[in-house]
Amino acid sequence: MSVNITLLVVMAALFAGGIYLLLERSLTRVLLGLILLANGANILLLSAGGRAGVAPLYSEEIAADAYSDPLPQALILTAIVISFAVTAFMLGIIYRSWVLGRRDEVQDDMEDRRVASQGSFDAEDDADVPEETTEFTPLEEAEEAPGSQNAGVLDLPSEPKEPR
Amino acid sequence: MLIVLIALFAVAFVAPLIFRRLGRSAFYVIGAVPGAAFVWLVITFDQYTGEGQSLLEGQPNAPPSIAFQWIPGLNLELAFRMDALAAILSILILGIGALVLFYCARYFKQDEPNIGPFGAQLLAFAGAMFGLVTADNMILLFIFWELTTVLSYLLIGYSRHRLAARRAALQALIVTTFGGLTMLVGMIMLGQTAGTYRISDIMAQSESLLSNGLVIDVAIGLILVGALTKSALVPFHFWLPGAMAAPTPVSAYLHAAAMVKAGIYLVARFAPGFADAASWLPMVLIIGLATMLVGGWRALRQHDLKLILAYGTVSQLGFLTMVVGLGGPGGALAGLGLLLAHGLFKATLFLVVGIIDHQAGTRDIRKLAGIRKTAPALAVIATIAAASMAGLPPLLGFVAKESVFETFVHQAEIDPTPVGTLLLVGIVVGSALTFAYSARFVWGGFACKGKAATPFTQVEKSFLFAPALLTVFTVVLGLWPAPVDSIIQPYVTLFEADGEESYLALWHGFTPALLLSVVTIAVGILLFWFRAHVERIQSRVPSVVDAERGYKYTIGTLDDVAVWITGRTQRGSLAFYLFVILTMAILAPLAAILFYDAPLPDRWHIADSPAQVAAGVVIIIGILAAVRATKRFMAVLMVGVTGYGMALIFALQGAPDLALTQMLVETIVLVAFVLALRSLPARLWQREPGRYRLLRAVLGISFGLVMVAIAMSSMASRVASPVSLEYPGLAYEGGGGENIVNVTLVDIRAWDTYGEISVLAIAATGIASLIFIRGRGDTRQRAETVKSGSVDRGQEPIAEFGREAAALELAKKFSSVSRDAWLVAGRTLAPERRSIIFEVVTRLLFHSIIIFSIYLLLAGHNLPGGGFAGGLLAGLALTVRYLAGGRFELAEASPVSAGVLLGAGMATTSLSALIPLLLGGQILQTAILEFWLPVFGDVKFVTSTIFDIGVYLVVVGLVLDVLRSLGSEIDERSEGLSAKNDPSEMKLQQQEHTETGEGVAR
Repeated sequence: MSVNITLLVVMAALFAGGIYLLLERSLTRVLLGLILLANGANILLLSAGGRAGVAPLYSEEIAADAYSDPLPQALILTAIVISFAVTAFMLGIIYRSWVLGRRDEVQDDMEDRRVASQGSFDAEDDADVPEETTEFTPLEEAEEAPGSQNAGVLDLPSEPKEPR
Repeated sequence: MLIVLIALFAVAFVAPLIFRRLGRSAFYVIGAVPGAAFVWLVITFDQYTGEGQSLLEGQPNAPPSIAFQWIPGLNLELAFRMDALAAILSILILGIGALVLFYCARYFKQDEPNIGPFGAQLLAFAGAMFGLVTADNMILLFIFWELTTVLSYLLIGYSRHRLAARRAALQALIVTTFGGLTMLVGMIMLGQTAGTYRISDIMAQSESLLSNGLVIDVAIGLILVGALTKSALVPFHFWLPGAMAAPTPVSAYLHAAAMVKAGIYLVARFAPGFADAASWLPMVLIIGLATMLVGGWRALRQHDLKLILAYGTVSQLGFLTMVVGLGGPGGALAGLGLLLAHGLFKATLFLVVGIIDHQAGTRDIRKLAGIRKTAPALAVIATIAAASMAGLPPLLGFVAKESVFETFVHQAEIDPTPVGTLLLVGIVVGSALTFAYSARFVWGGFACKGKAATPFTQVEKSFLFAPALLTVFTVVLGLWPAPVDSIIQPYVTLFEADGEESYLALWHGFTPALLLSVVTIAVGILLFWFRAHVERIQSRVPSVVDAERGYKYTIGTLDDVAVWITGRTQRGSLAFYLFVILTMAILAPLAAILFYDAPLPDRWHIADSPAQVAAGVVIIIGILAAVRATKRFMAVLMVGVTGYGMALIFALQGAPDLALTQMLVETIVLVAFVLALRSLPARLWQREPGRYRLLRAVLGISFGLVMVAIAMSSMASRVASPVSLEYPGLAYEGGGGENIVNVTLVDIRAWDTYGEISVLAIAATGIASLIFIRGRGDTRQRAETVKSGSVDRGQEPIAEFGREAAALELAKKFSSVSRDAWLVAGRTLAPERRSIIFEVVTRLLFHSIIIFSIYLLLAGHNLPGGGFAGGLLAGLALTVRYLAGGRFELAEASPVSAGVLLGAGMATTSLSALIPLLLGGQILQTAILEFWLPVFGDVKFVTSTIFDIGVYLVVVGLVLDVLRSLGSEIDERSEGLSAKNDPSEMKLQQQEHTETGEGVAR
């Protein structure tokens, strides 16, 4: 089948611009990048349908291959509406992020950073164990012993408050 | 056999319930299960010790076996076989299992927490061991093997509150799982080479397998690693002493009959066929001997009775591995004899230690004193068991050890190299150490040591029952070893006879073996006598093999590496992840295209029409402007330009439906953007854009180019004619519509559409819940209750003087004029926010747009339009209402809530999909109805229109949700923020924002 250069160039431009924006930190630009990517994908589908043709409204006189391919059209139609829903959903996320943190940016995950900088010492694995020569220590005493499971409970942060 | 297995597991499952009813006495109930099985086994024992031990299933005289297919594709079958070896092991597992469970009934407190699960685990452990020794399929064996690993993990970690127990449990789990997996690899190698996973088949063809050379040597080596870890041999021995953090009955079972015996069983199972593998003897003998010596040496240094026993077990396991693994009738007989003897005395000794700990509150031999006097019966039992361990006549331990000496003397005679002699010396030294630590145990636990007696509560008879019974067996079978001999002999027949007839007996006459026994005992006595010196020497010799430190080091290194890799890969930056993903997304298809000679298109054209080029240029300009824009709404607008350009391209391509939908969507998206982002700052960046601009541009452009290459080569690869050539006919004749795209959506590919509107409904709900947080906010406030002019839209305040203020004055004057309102709720808006022209135009247009949208919906089957376009247009009408009259106007305009619309839409489509099913058709089948209506005349109605109505409703619901959430609710929130007449509320809200804001920032 014949390849339409214009459509492919437009598609490449949409993908390139979309990726460029997607890699931004600004959430708004990330969303705009997504929209461009969706448009690029739609062009890809469209160009896969082949040459332009008659609008796919049935008439007995028109041969089947004279129509513009209806199948990619149906797929694109679905894609357009879905990307609208996704865009609206992302807008909700951006608003939420703004309300909660006054940030319009993709945040680094602090937990990941913390994990990356932590040492490998783990009390469960590496702390010294007291020598025990009986199984019949009273429970209370055992709980106060170093290394007991309950010893560290108080240090844990209390349940975080539910954000409104 | 199968019944026993099922009964063990079934009772284990209900055991917690029994415990809830009976408390600790439930141990008697569940102990009765292995007890009964033991009795059954003894009664039917003759069946398993028949002559044809190596015969396969189906042959006469073969040992009883059962097999069911489970997963044939994986060669996995539920195959069980009870031959002499399995029966001997089962005797230990069931008999000692029952006794240990009985013992538990006195060991634990009545109100012990978690006793139910514990009992269940212990019983299931017996079941897993029983399954392990009777399994005749290697994969099945592996499953039981890992089951024992998991159960031992739970049992060792029984005292959850103690760090030692938790750590020991984890250690045992890691070490034995490591071995188990290694073993699995070996088994798969063996099974694939043999073409069967049935153990009895493999044993039958072992000789031809051995001729395969290296594969089998490696496979057997790997399987042996499994045995090494399970049986706690050097260098994996450290987990067993650690595992004594388990409750003592568990230790007794683990050391005497279960878990560690699984490794010995594996060696015994494979020894008849594979002792000649190159990897076998070196591994078994060297590691066995090393373990025996290390264990014995360490045992002499311990002060905890249980640790003495634990290291003793390590030593004995090395010993057992050597003897059982030697291959040959002598080793087999001696090995299994020793196995039984060890089971009896080791269980006894652990149970005794448990009693001492229970009554005296310590196991430390430096604290214990005088128990010989306070509990004489206990002392007698322990002494007999320890004597059996030390190899003193006339006990079973002596009989077995005598036979071992005999075997190795024979081995040394026939072995021309000094290895045989060396092994014999090693065994004698090991046995002497065994004698010494046995003596240390008895002395440490019971001697008076010239100190005041430790407080010791009297021992109940029922508590003493299990160890006493085991001791009786030790003595009786020592004096009369014939029964033991007779049950082992069938297994011995699996080995090629080497001329020397051997049998178990108390008195063999004056043989070299007897002499060695005497030497052993003499050296042992010396070692014990000079124990103070020995201890001093021990403390001076640095420990050569500190495997535990090695284990810790390995785990620590693993932790470090994990942290390092996590830190390098999980950087916490989304952009970084995207970089990695996109790079792969570029490289992988590129490599595929380059290396697989992707075809290049041979035909191409610049464009379908000049107008297409123009539209393309518009889009590209839009992209460039969007990428370079610094103002938020400028960027949004530019992306909008590309969207409208897309609509143009669709229209030119011959896709009116797409063009229409794209136009509508683009418009609504613009509105949604403005609504959602109005409270965000106008500039896009709070700080300068990233340093990686060039990299991003390169990535973007190469992605675009790769996509072009993919598109080109996929288009060039097309050989068949498109499926859509059939569509026009299908649509018109089958679907009864002229608009092929629409019929495709609602009929030919209706499942796609159904899936899509489900996504729409979910997304709509998601948006609502993101903004409303609590619920969907579907309750609606009527405009009547709102004061006129009270609704602001959260814009900047107007200065007191100036043009705007003057305009405001005028607007206020007009807004107070009483006359028919154009819009129902227009009056609720603050005067300065109203536009009379907009209100009038809205009033005039709204209903026309709604009617037109319904027309699009209904006509869409034959003309451009359909549910999507119609729904979007109706949504646009609502948008106009909202923009003109504010949120109360929107509420008035939508008498039905968005949630109801979505639900009704989904229900309509679902019903239209299901009803044909009820009428005897297929799901989503459509019908064409033709009838006559007044006014309309002949009407052709296609039922897929009902499906389209559902789509329409869902789309309207989605747009309404967007408006309500991003429009109305954000209005209300920003009003709340700027409400000056209610400072307390404002303060509250601000506080809330900062609090949650901090929460996020942190």
